Amino acid sequence: MAHFIDRRLNGKNKSTLNRQRFIRRYKKQIKKAVSEAINKRSVTDVSSGESISIPQRDISEPTFHQGKGGDRELIHPGNDQFSTGDKIQRPPSGQGGGGGEGEASDQGEGQDDFVFSISKDEYLDLLFEDLELPNLQQSQLDKLMQMKTHRAGFCNDGMPSNLDIVRSLKGSMARRIAMTSSKRRELKELEEELANLLAEPVPPQQKIIDIEQRIEILKAQIAAVPFIDNYDLRFRNYERRPHPTSKAVMFCLMDVSGSMDQATKDMAKRFYILLYQFLTRTYKDIEVVYIRHHTQAKEVDEQEFFYSQETGGTIVSSALKLMDEIIQERYAQGDWNIYAAQASDGDNWADDSPQCTQILSSKLLKTVRYYAYIEITTRAHQSLWREYQGVANAFDNFAMQHIRSVEDIYPIFRELFKKNKDKQSAA
Amino acid sequence: MTYKPIDDGPDWTFDLLDTYHQEIARVAEHYRLDTYPNQIEVITAEQMMDAYSSVGMPIGYAHWSYGKKFIQTEQTYKRGQMGLAYEIVINSDPCIAYLMEENTLPMQALVMAHACYGHNSFFKGNYLFKTWTDASSIIDYLVFAKNYVAKCEEKYGIDEVENLIDSCHALMNYGVDRYKRPQRISMFEEQKRQQEREDYLQSQVNELWRTIPKGEDQETHDRPRFPTEPQENILYFIEKNAPLLESWQREIIRIVRKVSQYFYPQRQTQVMNEGWATFWHYTILNHLYDEGKLSDSFMLEFLQSHTNVVYQPPYNSKFYSGINPYALGFNMMVDIRRICENPTQEDKQWFPEFAGSNWLDTLHFAMQNFKDESFISQFLSPKLMRDFKLFTIVDKQKSPHLEVGAIHDEMGYQQLRSALSAQYNLSNHEPNIQVYDVDIRGDRSLTLRYIPQGGIPLAGSKQEVIKHLYRLWGFKVRLEQVDETGKVEQIAQCPETEGE
Repeated sequence: MAHFIDRRLNGKNKSTLNRQRFIRRYKKQIKKAVSEAINKRSVTDVSSGESISIPQRDISEPTFHQGKGGDRELIHPGNDQFSTGDKIQRPPSGQGGGGGEGEASDQGEGQDDFVFSISKDEYLDLLFEDLELPNLQQSQLDKLMQMKTHRAGFCNDGMPSNLDIVRSLKGSMARRIAMTSSKRRELKELEEELANLLAEPVPPQQKIIDIEQRIEILKAQIAAVPFIDNYDLRFRNYERRPHPTSKAVMFCLMDVSGSMDQATKDMAKRFYILLYQFLTRTYKDIEVVYIRHHTQAKEVDEQEFFYSQETGGTIVSSALKLMDEIIQERYAQGDWNIYAAQASDGDNWADDSPQCTQILSSKLLKTVRYYAYIEITTRAHQSLWREYQGVANAFDNFAMQHIRSVEDIYPIFRELFKKNKDKQSAA
Repeated sequence: MTYKPIDDGPDWTFDLLDTYHQEIARVAEHYRLDTYPNQIEVITAEQMMDAYSSVGMPIGYAHWSYGKKFIQTEQTYKRGQMGLAYEIVINSDPCIAYLMEENTLPMQALVMAHACYGHNSFFKGNYLFKTWTDASSIIDYLVFAKNYVAKCEEKYGIDEVENLIDSCHALMNYGVDRYKRPQRISMFEEQKRQQEREDYLQSQVNELWRTIPKGEDQETHDRPRFPTEPQENILYFIEKNAPLLESWQREIIRIVRKVSQYFYPQRQTQVMNEGWATFWHYTILNHLYDEGKLSDSFMLEFLQSHTNVVYQPPYNSKFYSGINPYALGFNMMVDIRRICENPTQEDKQWFPEFAGSNWLDTLHFAMQNFKDESFISQFLSPKLMRDFKLFTIVDKQKSPHLEVGAIHDEMGYQQLRSALSAQYNLSNHEPNIQVYDVDIRGDRSLTLRYIPQGGIPLAGSKQEVIKHLYRLWGFKVRLEQVDETGKVEQIAQCPETEGE
């Protein structure tokens, strides 16, 4: 006898745990691959996982097995030309010759890398883990509200265009049934009685006339119930509810003057990636605007933003001005959540710093939801930092932090996005 | 015979599967195939990959190496480099066979005949499986093992357990009792005994490593060797004697050892097992066809797939990767039937004991009492050697050339047969390494000896394996090689530097 069991509905992920164990074990290698990959990755690319490659030798499971050399006798099928005693030139080592290790398939010594993919979530976990915190803390930043119309059941009153015909007719039918049922029952009884009387050998005329009159009245009453009445009408109801907009724009501002080297830019890039990931958890559509500046500001694409090198002095206010212009031009309708992150090594032309404060306080900080300034430098702070400290004290939605090395990025990122807390102490 | 075929799909339904199963079961009984009850599980391709990566265990303890296998399987499958096997069957009672959802009805029928009656009757009948495995308790044991390992991970940390299992896996092939029959016990007994064993083992170990001096005059140079006989079951030796292991660690070693023992017969009967199952799916389905139960299109699809399975590419083909066990096994089974039914003069001379006898009796006898090595040396006929055009290549390290040793001719048959048989002797390609000595009075170092066959050295991975052994043993581990002249040479040790 046999049982048939349909297991198809059982989970298919019996190996998930083992897969996690594998990733856990090779976390070091995988993390290395991930952090190498992050620089190749685009800031806005969050939808894909990552392909990871680990040297085969690192993941082999050693066992005792026979090596090359020694004497063996191997059997092969399909002899088409040999007879006993034939001598054959040894095949060049490295191919064929080995044999004898039919079962030792996973002992390959230093072949290709072991390549596999990790999912988006695993990627993010690893990425954030590199920064030594398991998960992003969800920020409670208020979002812009937008009114949105939702269906909200039915009501008795409304515009003709919202009339729900099926529901209205159902109501009408119910009303008609309810209002006429007693009369119809009586009518039916009378009709039966009339038929009985008519069937009698001597019909009692007076009684028949009475009944016929009554039937006439009932029929008229039934017919008088209106087919459709005001009570029956049902209108689709809509109400307007506040709805957080899911559109956001992220401004990346970066100093690209000669003093910013590639390592500093990579740190900034990590920061932007984090910010972007963070925003994707809250907003559906995010646009990213890249503004780089030295003495002049320019809107560029991502590639140019991170990898082109400029020289010259630094005027930060140029970027702020440009950002303000872009906001006026493209993001002014009010349903955009505007975020900005500015990365710099702190250099600025001394006379320019007060101007930055001016633009920030009078224009930008009134429109942006959050403005984060990170200074990536190991040197002492300069005029820009001191100016911005004043701004930070005055505005809640402005935050600034100092990053010295890669390890700082995540803690500082978290610090920045704690809700309006510790602002003063951080500054 | 009336031609009244059962619906041949191609889409299957559970009702149709059952109809085919009943027919197959009827024919199997006709051929006296004695099986465990069948439990046929229909699974998806993803689930098949899961089953693959747990190396055929329906329930396994968690370990990264299974994750690695899963990832590998998934990658190759997704890239289309590999199709999935049509079936996986588990030596358990009831015998669990997996059917893959994607297969057509003829394929499902083939798999049922192959796995549920072929492999299943082999598991039940073959002496190795009867002796070394206990189909009725394996599932319970695996459940116990899985829970035990999970419990240990909770208690002692994942890393600790993982490292231990890594080390055990490295020595897995040396965790097999070749001669002693293991006990047959159920899971509940296993759990009960596990606790007792824990306490007992620990007390034994302590006895062996007792440090209280026994009086100075007992310090002699010719101390008795321990173990008194070399031990081939290295994991067993460690489980019982390693000085520093805690009892849970001993239990995990035992689990790995048991699993290895469970798979040991499968490694020794690949040709026979596959040959037997292939022979029976072929015979059963042909029998049904002769009865008019199978349609022509069913048969064509079945034959096409059967032919692929038993194809043996010649040595110079780009598809060649050694001898196909399905091809060899199937053809040997067919050949035995031929020798019984239509023996030639040559057959009578080579196989006087069974040429012309009842073929079914002979096949059952062969299935029950042999393993690959002995099966080939008993039943490989000259005709088959000619059909396969077998030849041997002798590779002597000292000679500058390879030499053709024997070919499929009168002079070569005997040599071919013994060479092929030797090729399936596990001990010929698993290095012979045994526990030789423990310095119980001194530095507690463990010495293993490798006795090479035909001067074949150990591969470079030995140093890595010795490290694993060191982790288990806790004290210095040496590996020595003994050459033909009896000269002993140390080839690996851990820790690698002296005096640490």
